[in-house]
Amino acid sequence: MGRKGIEILVGLFVLVGMLAVVFLALKSANLASFSSDKTYEVTARFDNIGGLKMRAPVRSAGVTVGRVKRISFDNKTFQGLVTLEIDTRYEFPVDTSAKILTSGLLGDQYIGLEPGGDDKNLAEGDVIKSTQSAVVLENLISQFLFSKAETGDTADKSASKSDAKADPKPDAKAPAHK
Amino acid sequence: MSPSETLASIGRRTIRNLGSLGRHAVFFVDVLRHVPGALRRFYLVVTQIYAIGNDSFVIIAASGLAVGFVLALQGYYTLSRYGATESLGLLVALSLVRELGPVVTALLFAGRAGTALTAEIGLMKAGEQLAAMELMAVDPRSRVLAPRFVAGIISMPLLAAIFSAVGIIGGWVVGVPLIGIDPGAFWSQMQGGVDVWKDVGNGIVKSFVFGIAVTFVALYEGYESNATPEGVAQATTRTVVVASLAVLGLDFVLTALMFSTP
Repeated sequence: MGRKGIEILVGLFVLVGMLAVVFLALKSANLASFSSDKTYEVTARFDNIGGLKMRAPVRSAGVTVGRVKRISFDNKTFQGLVTLEIDTRYEFPVDTSAKILTSGLLGDQYIGLEPGGDDKNLAEGDVIKSTQSAVVLENLISQFLFSKAETGDTADKSASKSDAKADPKPDAKAPAHK
Repeated sequence: MSPSETLASIGRRTIRNLGSLGRHAVFFVDVLRHVPGALRRFYLVVTQIYAIGNDSFVIIAASGLAVGFVLALQGYYTLSRYGATESLGLLVALSLVRELGPVVTALLFAGRAGTALTAEIGLMKAGEQLAAMELMAVDPRSRVLAPRFVAGIISMPLLAAIFSAVGIIGGWVVGVPLIGIDPGAFWSQMQGGVDVWKDVGNGIVKSFVFGIAVTFVALYEGYESNATPEGVAQATTRTVVVASLAVLGLDFVLTALMFSTP
């Protein structure tokens, strides 16, 4: 193999190696989506997006109809602003509601769309008005504990009242037992 | 053997090992000193990259693909017990980029390129080419050793990156078309969990260190081999053993340094 041939092959090898490094590095950043379907963008505001990630699926009736394109924070309304990309094949009424759901108990979070009944459909750039935030497990647990503590308190109060009524009788009996 | 003889033999062996350690260190510094000379004659380095890197490409890529397949399969079986199969992409990527990429590539590199280097230099020594070079006032360390050293240091990180990238693609091939995991979850979990500097960067640093270690061991064993066919064969075996142990030992130290939580 001539000098030129070796140089070209080594250059090719170094190029492939660099491409591999770039591929590995880019995977940690946000790549453009690989799909080539045409989509339209719609935004939705949530009080709490929970664990929603970029490129999370957007599902309706369980079928994936789009992806989450961008998640940002609206500093004026202090809400999370999520931009969805929905496949142009699927049209949703303007009063569609968006909920953040979890696949499985502890799985990834995704956006579920529930269609409304309006005649007009969502177009590019529209805002989904009715949204429901993600369920945050810690809030749920603290709510549960708080309500448990409340019912525990009222149960204690009613139990101590009935105990007070019952107490004189055991007292009368106790000295006899001793 | 009597106790005093055992003690004496231990003492001799210790002194011999100390001497060997010293020779290793002197050789390492010597090769480093001649690296600028090798860089000036870059064509020599390019030829060596061809011999070391290009020729290792096929085995590294094939092994990477196979390891990616197996990682995806085994990962799926275990993750499905916890209902966490969406994390398969993350599992495959982190395993490859942090550990398997640098380490397995280094082991394969030691086996393929390391033995080639040792055999080549050992045969040069056995055929008295190195002595002839010295007679002609051509320093074999800057013409023969340093270019191979530089070529090894350049090739290893590239090969490790190729291994990891091909492995991730292999994991995708098994995970998405064959098993049926959601491709969005595969890539998004990976992108969310793999950090460019902490994971990919540390992996590249590791492969760089392994490249230095393996190439150094290969060159040393070749240069210090007995100038006979058996000597060359023994040196080749020693290269694989010592280089592999060095890689695994260094891997533990580097992992502890890089990935320990403070």
